[in-house]
Amino acid sequence: MTRAVVTGLGVAAPNGLGTEAFWKATLAGRTGLAPLTRFDATQYPSVLAGEIKGFVAEEHVPSRLMPQTDHMTRIALAAADWAIGDAGADLRRLPEYGMGVVTAASGGAVEFGQRELENLWSKGREHVSAYQSFAWFYAVNTGQISIRHKMRGPSGVLLTEQAGGIDALGHARRHIRKGIPLVVSGGVDAALCPWGWVPQIASGLMSTARDPDRAYLPFSADARGYVVGEGGAVIVVEDAASARERGAPRVYGEIAGYAATMDPAPGSGRPPGLRRAAENALADARLTPRDIDVVFADGAGVLALDRAEADAISGLFGPRGVPVTVPKTMTGRLLAGGAALDVATALLALRDGVIPPTVNVPDPAPDYGLDLVTDRPRDTAPRSALVLARGYGGFNAALVLRRTDDRPYDTDERTTACPQAPR
Amino acid sequence: MRRVAVTGLGTVAPGGIGVKEYWELLTSGRSATRTISFFDPSPFRSRVAAECDFDPVAAGLTPQEIRRLDRAAQFAVVSAREALADSGLDVARLAPDRIGTSIGSAVGCTTSLEREYVVVSDGGRTWNVDHRYAVPELYRHFVPNTMAAEVAWVAGAEGPAAVISTGCTSGLDAVGHAVELIREGSVDVMMAGATEAPISPITSACFDAIHATTPHNDEPERACRPFDRSRGGLVLGEGAAVMVLEEWESARRRGAHVYAEIAGFAARCNAYHMTGLKPDGREMAEAIDAALQEAGLPPESIGYVNAHGSGTRMNDRHETGAFKRSLGDHAYAVPISSIKSMIGHSLGAIGALEVVACALAIEHGVLPPTANLHEPDPELDLDYIPLTARRQQTDVVLSVGSGFGGFQSAMLLTGPEVRS
Amino acid sequence: MSTGATVTLTDLTRMLRESAGEEEGVDLDGDVLDVSFDDLGYDSLAMLEVIGQVQREYGVRLPDETVADADTPRALLALINAGGDLPGAG
Repeated sequence: MTRAVVTGLGVAAPNGLGTEAFWKATLAGRTGLAPLTRFDATQYPSVLAGEIKGFVAEEHVPSRLMPQTDHMTRIALAAADWAIGDAGADLRRLPEYGMGVVTAASGGAVEFGQRELENLWSKGREHVSAYQSFAWFYAVNTGQISIRHKMRGPSGVLLTEQAGGIDALGHARRHIRKGIPLVVSGGVDAALCPWGWVPQIASGLMSTARDPDRAYLPFSADARGYVVGEGGAVIVVEDAASARERGAPRVYGEIAGYAATMDPAPGSGRPPGLRRAAENALADARLTPRDIDVVFADGAGVLALDRAEADAISGLFGPRGVPVTVPKTMTGRLLAGGAALDVATALLALRDGVIPPTVNVPDPAPDYGLDLVTDRPRDTAPRSALVLARGYGGFNAALVLRRTDDRPYDTDERTTACPQAPR
Repeated sequence: MRRVAVTGLGTVAPGGIGVKEYWELLTSGRSATRTISFFDPSPFRSRVAAECDFDPVAAGLTPQEIRRLDRAAQFAVVSAREALADSGLDVARLAPDRIGTSIGSAVGCTTSLEREYVVVSDGGRTWNVDHRYAVPELYRHFVPNTMAAEVAWVAGAEGPAAVISTGCTSGLDAVGHAVELIREGSVDVMMAGATEAPISPITSACFDAIHATTPHNDEPERACRPFDRSRGGLVLGEGAAVMVLEEWESARRRGAHVYAEIAGFAARCNAYHMTGLKPDGREMAEAIDAALQEAGLPPESIGYVNAHGSGTRMNDRHETGAFKRSLGDHAYAVPISSIKSMIGHSLGAIGALEVVACALAIEHGVLPPTANLHEPDPELDLDYIPLTARRQQTDVVLSVGSGFGGFQSAMLLTGPEVRS
Repeated sequence: MSTGATVTLTDLTRMLRESAGEEEGVDLDGDVLDVSFDDLGYDSLAMLEVIGQVQREYGVRLPDETVADADTPRALLALINAGGDLPGAG
């Protein structure tokens, strides 16, 4: 079976624009959470967000695309350019049907959508943009990236809310295994406008704290909800043999295992599915919990959800059995971009042998039994990582990443064809 | 290679709730398109749509479900229940994480979102919409992946679940995604399908703005005219189709009725334009070729093509080009039809509704017609099954779709005995 | 219906930029009166957005059939300034 490796990253995060700026800020523990400036949020109970600063769309997006794209898609296009550049891929030399695009989405390009809803309802249907039919919708990032880079292979758009970044990468690996050499994947999201804000307030899961350092506290006894951010990561996934053949400058790691599960229906009395997702992803990677050097947790920052995740992690790894980190404490939860950014962060951690910290949670609740990496990075030279994510409605996803430095491009001699072998 | 059987069908469609009513409409050649009744269509350029006469209480939804679920989610749940009952599958005897869910939708819970937007924005008057008027369900509508959760709960499914959203190929792609999950061994059973309830002012406005929808408002039942020289654009529709897909051997072992096998699927992008299509149909042809290759079938084996047939000139030329490119001379011999002429274009749902139509065409040996095709466009020279259904036993069926974003997908269904 | 105001090339290029951007390698400030919209990098989708803006800003109705024939800035300006009916176009 072919191996799917990551050869390029493009990061746009509230605490750093561009992969290295983000990584430097993350290791330094610098937060991107602050009072909202994009719109006047004073009337709302939640006033903090992770906003991307310094993104000048005109520098990254062709003029012709500007009127037909939302802020979200502009960031996605820029991050895709960076990721493809980072991969050093000359796309003209790859087969047109051998390149695909698979991204995650959550609520679509909301700001564009709000403007057109307002045009329709306040002025009339003649005021609705000709671009509305696609500019707001969930498939827009995949479509625009595919068009911009002339990628005509199998593509896709997966919606599992915050778990989407992992599901997109799992799907990208599926394409690689079917013989597609290169897939641009990941997720970028942005919903920082009133019509993106109010539904999240309605969910009751957002933090209403005013102090950015006390607002989003996953695994703390003081957890009080999460802060939302914008951005994400675009990730180039390649068939290992094909990456070697074209002389890819670097391999960040291998997508060694993937699994997704759904929580049972409410009231069924059955356990939630996050632990099963982690177990299935490990089995898929043919690894045991002992082989995992760090867990990038979902880190909802909501007491009941933190408890459920802590139970899953300590149940699988034993109490304090593995270092756990939530670097998204510095970016906020990025919806469909969140898990993709966590995967990029985990790959950078494997590259540099250092686990980035969880900020603002110096005292995780002891009864969770987690070895949370707090305050400062930990130089433990991790070689494998488990990334966990959950999406609103009961969606769970897990991804196992592994360093490949001993055999960066080797194809795998393993013969299994099943990510989750039938029982 | 693990194979995939279609063992249960459920639909909500214009013209009738349930598969029996759906098939009666499709074989009658009647069109369910009518003047829009859900809102006052008079300000709009296109004022027709294929609406479902859907009563959620009569369809068996509980008061809590009716409150919680957007119309599209209601369609999906009702269809899923019908499909599960039809399959005879006893899900309580299966491991929950061996059952997955894949639901397509292009525009999610747009109807509920627009309704709630109007409230919190005070009729579009305020940019800083008022959270105090937000209903508790608003976030469920905002992230439509919740629709997949609802379908998963119908079947007690705890395996992988997702909403697939690739514009108007969402339905085909969601079913294709389900097929891949069964083949690779991640699951044994999939609740697979798609749903859409897009008939709302904002959807009408955005299609008006690009002149995609028809201005033929005077004879609503004749509004959608794929392949006809007088066609004027697509007609919005709504509905859902959910199928139970099972790993072939286990379906056979339990003695399930198998409607069809899903033998091949492929998706490509045209990487050309978010809304435009080129007349050569090159990328759709590539998807058809890849699906045929996956199924191990020659083009000549195809006995019926369920076309995208949206009712626009651009589409008609595009897919006719694709059929000729892929099927060669056989393109002139194979019967082709567009059921959108009868049930409209339900965006992300239509692909799954079309797959169900294909399974039923194989089951009953009847090919649904293209309604309203009185005067074929002289540019188009294939057999588009005008007006009346055709009795014809068919073992291999091709269904294709095109979507905004450049998506092109193709799926092959075969009769249950074809590849045995 | 027309407001009577004359729409100039400067007005049109502004609306082209706002509604559809400017193609790389194209200078809208150059001599573009007789260059086809296609050559200026505007597809039919872009033109729908531009026409929408013209109609909203100048209160002029531009019927689909006549717009389709106005494939250069000069032709489109003539159409707009004739209030939507090209002289002699029937």
